[in-house]
Amino acid sequence: MNQDIFVTIEHLRGKVSEISYIMLAAARDLAQGTGGKVVAIVLGQNAQSLASNFNADMVLYVDHPLLKDFNPEAYQKTLTGIIDEYKPRAVIFGHTTIGMDTVGGISAQLGLPLVSSVRTIEVNGKLISQICGGKIMAECNLPEPTALITLVPGGYKPEQGQITQSPPVTSIPVQLEDGLRIKLNQYIEPETSDVDISKEPLLIAVGRGIQTQDNISLAEELAQAIGGVVCASRPVVDQGWLPTSRLVGKSGSTVKPKVYLAIGISGAPEHVEAITGSDVIIAINTDPIAPIFNIAKYGTTADLFDLVPALTEQIRNIKG
Amino acid sequence: MNIIVPVKLVPDLVEELSIDASGIALDTAWLRMIINEFDDHAIEQAILLKEKTGAHVTILSTNVEGVDDLLFAAAAKGADRLIKLTGDIESGVNNHALARAMATIIRDLKPDLIMTGVQAHNDLDGSIGPQLAEHLGMPYIGYISGVNITGDKLIVRKEYPGGLIGEMQASLPALLGIQAAEQPPRYVAISKVRQMMKTMSIEELEVTSLDSSGAPIVNRMFQPESGERATMLSENADEAANQLINLLKELGTL
Amino acid sequence: MATTAISHTPSFSESFFNSLYKVENGERFRTCLQCGSCSGVCPFGYLMDYPPGRMIAGLRADEFDLVMETDTVWMCVSCYACAQICPSKIPITAGLMTRTKEELLLAGNVPSELQSALENSQRYGNPMGESPRKRADWAMGIQPQVTVLGRDRRPVDVLWFVGDYPSYHPRVQLVTKSLAKVLNALGINFGILGPEENSDGDTQRLAGERGLFEMLAEKNGRIFSKYQFERIITSDPHAYNALKNEYPSLGISYPVQHYTQFLAERIDQLKPLLKQEVQAAVTYHDPCYLGRVNGIFNEPRILLEAIPGLKLIEMSHNQTSSLCCGGGGGGMWLDGFQWEKAHARLSEWRVHEAVDIGANILAVACPYEPPRFEDAVKMIQQAGQLEVKDIVELLAEALG
Repeated sequence: MNQDIFVTIEHLRGKVSEISYIMLAAARDLAQGTGGKVVAIVLGQNAQSLASNFNADMVLYVDHPLLKDFNPEAYQKTLTGIIDEYKPRAVIFGHTTIGMDTVGGISAQLGLPLVSSVRTIEVNGKLISQICGGKIMAECNLPEPTALITLVPGGYKPEQGQITQSPPVTSIPVQLEDGLRIKLNQYIEPETSDVDISKEPLLIAVGRGIQTQDNISLAEELAQAIGGVVCASRPVVDQGWLPTSRLVGKSGSTVKPKVYLAIGISGAPEHVEAITGSDVIIAINTDPIAPIFNIAKYGTTADLFDLVPALTEQIRNIKG
Repeated sequence: MNIIVPVKLVPDLVEELSIDASGIALDTAWLRMIINEFDDHAIEQAILLKEKTGAHVTILSTNVEGVDDLLFAAAAKGADRLIKLTGDIESGVNNHALARAMATIIRDLKPDLIMTGVQAHNDLDGSIGPQLAEHLGMPYIGYISGVNITGDKLIVRKEYPGGLIGEMQASLPALLGIQAAEQPPRYVAISKVRQMMKTMSIEELEVTSLDSSGAPIVNRMFQPESGERATMLSENADEAANQLINLLKELGTL
Repeated sequence: MATTAISHTPSFSESFFNSLYKVENGERFRTCLQCGSCSGVCPFGYLMDYPPGRMIAGLRADEFDLVMETDTVWMCVSCYACAQICPSKIPITAGLMTRTKEELLLAGNVPSELQSALENSQRYGNPMGESPRKRADWAMGIQPQVTVLGRDRRPVDVLWFVGDYPSYHPRVQLVTKSLAKVLNALGINFGILGPEENSDGDTQRLAGERGLFEMLAEKNGRIFSKYQFERIITSDPHAYNALKNEYPSLGISYPVQHYTQFLAERIDQLKPLLKQEVQAAVTYHDPCYLGRVNGIFNEPRILLEAIPGLKLIEMSHNQTSSLCCGGGGGGMWLDGFQWEKAHARLSEWRVHEAVDIGANILAVACPYEPPRFEDAVKMIQQAGQLEVKDIVELLAEALG
C-alpha cells in the first residue's frame, strides 16, 4: 500500500503561502513514521518555479489555465482525481480559506476520513488537533486508507519545510473542462492605508476587552506616546471600529514586531497564529486563564482601563 | 428565492471546559451551549438577503437542548420556517453524519441558496458546508464576508489573508460558508422572541439512519499544557505600568 | 347629519400615545403644559434632538415617527429628574423614555455596547458576560463563611440580594466584602443566592427590554420561593427599586430594604461598634434610585453621621436635586455612545461639585458609582486626592 504523504501546496498571486512550508514540515514527520515519500502537489499555470525549495521528495505539478488562481471547484476536481489515482497514505491540506474549501468535498466524494484542526503529528503517527478556541486538544490515530488532514499553524516552523535543493518536478495531466460553476471575477485589494502593520516593530493591539470604539483612543494615545501603531483582533474590526488594514489574524495580517502589546485580547487561535513571530508578546487581560497568557512572555491581570492611561502618562513624563 | 441556513450549537467558551470520565469527550455537566458564532452570521446574512430580495428563509438544526430558543430568536429576526431534526441525531453527531442526514432532508426543500457558518470551533472532522455541498451536488465557496444576488447571479466576497478579497461568482443553487455577515448579528428583543414562541411552530423531521463514517476516532482529549506561561507582572495598574516601563527600556523600545 | 365611513387606522404616534396610558398615571400625558422644565432639567437634554418635552410635542403633532428615527433617546440615563420636576406629575421616565427605548429595541435599533450587555444578561444572568458559577467568588475567604443558600440549605433571617456589579466588578467587590463585614459584626443571620442569583433586571427594563426584565424577574422569583427568609436587603438601589416596585406586579412580593435602611434601623447596635475615627470631610451623593425615585434620603446620612471624626457636608445639588452619575437607564452600557455625543460625562460634573465644596471623600450608595466616579476623578486634574467610597466601606473602616 502506498505510504506516501501528499501535501497540497497553497499559493496566492505568485507567492507560496507560509502554511505550505508548515505542511511540508509536518509531512516529513509523518512520512518518517509511514516510511513513504513526501510529495508536494502544485496546481497552477506556469507555476513550476514555485516549487523551488520545498522540503519534499518530489513535486507533482498540474498546469491548466483554470488552475491559475484558486477556484474551489477546479481545485477540488483536480485533487480528487489525483488522490483517487495515487491513493497516498495521507494528504495534508491547510486549514485555510484554500484548503478548507476543497477537503470536505473530497472526503464526502471519495468516502475518505478527514481529521481537521491538526496542529502536530507525533512520531507514531498520532494526530493532535486543537479545538474549542485552543482550550481542548484531541488525539486521533492516523485513519485508513487515505487520511485527509487539515493543518493549523503553530506546531512547526516554516523553515523546517524548506531546503536549499529543489525536489524533482513531474508534470501530470488533468481533465478540466470549461463550464465550471464557480468563477473568480477579480481580486479586491484592502483599503490602502498609511501603515503596513506587518512591518511595524511596535504594535499596540486591542481586542474585545476594549469594549467600545471610543476606548480605542486609550490605545491610540499610548501608541502615540510610545511610537507604536494600533492594530486589532477580529471582533474590533468586525464592528467597524478599525479598518481591515489593522486586522491581525488569520484573515488579516501576520505580524512580526519586536514588541506586541495585546490589550483585552483573549488569545483565540485565529489571532495567535498571526503573532507567534513576535519577539516579545505582552498581554493585558483581567482573565487570569485567558489563552493569551500561554503564548505571551509577560502578562498582567491589571485592568486595562487603569493600566493603559497610567502607562501612557509615565511614558510621556519620561519623554518629556 | 428559497434560502436554507443550517445552524448548530457549540460549547460556550465562557465556561471552563473539562474532559469527562471517558477521556474522549467534553464533560457536559457544566457545559453551556451557544449558537456557533459563524452560524449566527449566516442567519444575519440570510435575513439581510430576505430584506433585499424578499427571499424565504428556513433555519435547520438538530434537536438538542437550547435549540428551540435559538430557532425562535431566528424567527423573531425574520426567519420564515423552523425545522429541527430528531431521532438518533440528538445524542450528538459528527459533521460527516450530519451532512448526510441534512442532505436527505434538504434535497426535498429545493433551496436556491444554502448558507452556513464556515466552521465551528468544536469541528474535528472538517466543517459541514463543503461536505453538504458535495452530497447535494452544489458548488461551494467558503470564508465569505459579502453576498450579493442580482437576478440569478450570485456574487460573493471570499476572504484571503492580508485583507485581500476574491470576488467570486457562482451559479445557483450554491452553498456558502459564511465568515462574517455584512453587519454584526442584530439584537432581537426578548418580547419578540416570546411572541414567536406563541405564534410560530418548529417542524420536527425524523432522521432514520445515521452514517458517521469519515470522521476520526478520538483516542483521548486533554487540556493543553500551559507550560511556558507568561511571567506575570503586578495586578496593580500603577505597579504594572512601572514594571512595563522597565521592561520596555530593557528591550530597547523606550 | 351624514357621517363619513372612513375607517381610522391609528397612526404610529396615536398607538404609541395610547400605549402610554397603560403606565401608572399615564393619562397625565394629556395634561402636559409644554412648560419645558423636563427638557431643561434633563442632564443631556441639550444634546437630544427630541428632549422629553419635544417628544411629547411630537406625539401630539402625530410626528412621533420622526422621533423614532433619531437615536438620541439613548442619551437618557433614566435619572427621573424630569418626572420629579414636572408640574403635571407626568411619569415621563417610566412612561415615555422607557417606552420609546422599547420601541427602538423592537425595531432592532440598539447601540452595540448595549446589545452585548442585554445578550449577556439573557445568557449569563449578568450584563458583563461572566460565568454564573463565579457569582459568589467574592465571598471566598471571608470568615465566618458566607451562607450560600443553594449549598447550605438552612433558613435565614435576611436574604442579601447581592447584584451584578457587586458580585463581579473588582472595585465593587470591595464594597460587597465591607457589607459582609458589617453584617457579621452585627451578628445578622443572612444568606446569599450565589450562582442561582440572576440580574435584578431593572436597568435592562429601563433600557427598553421589558421582556428580558420579566424573564430575569421570573427566574429570580422561582429561586426566592425555594428558600426561607424574612426579608431581602440589597446594596443596589436599582435592585431595590425592582424588588420593591416592579416585582410585585409579577407576583413576586417580599419585604425589601436597601442596606442603608436596614442598618439605620439598627443604629443603636451599630454605633458603639464604630470605634475607629474616619477624619474626613465627606459629601454624600444621593443615588437617583434611592433618593429621587424612592425617597430614601435620611438613612444614608444617619449612618455617615454615626462615624466618629466624620464631617458631613452637602453638595449644591443634593437630595431630590442630586445630579445623576450617568449609569442608569443603560448608561453604564452606553458609555462610548454617550461620550461620542456629549464629550462630557455626568459623573465628572458631580466630581467637580464634590471638589468645589472641599470634600475629601465622595460617599456613595450604589454599585455603579465607585467605578464611575473613580474614573471621573482620574479625568479631572483638580480632583487629585478625592476618594470615592461606599457608605458601608466607611462603616467597615470605622469598625476597625
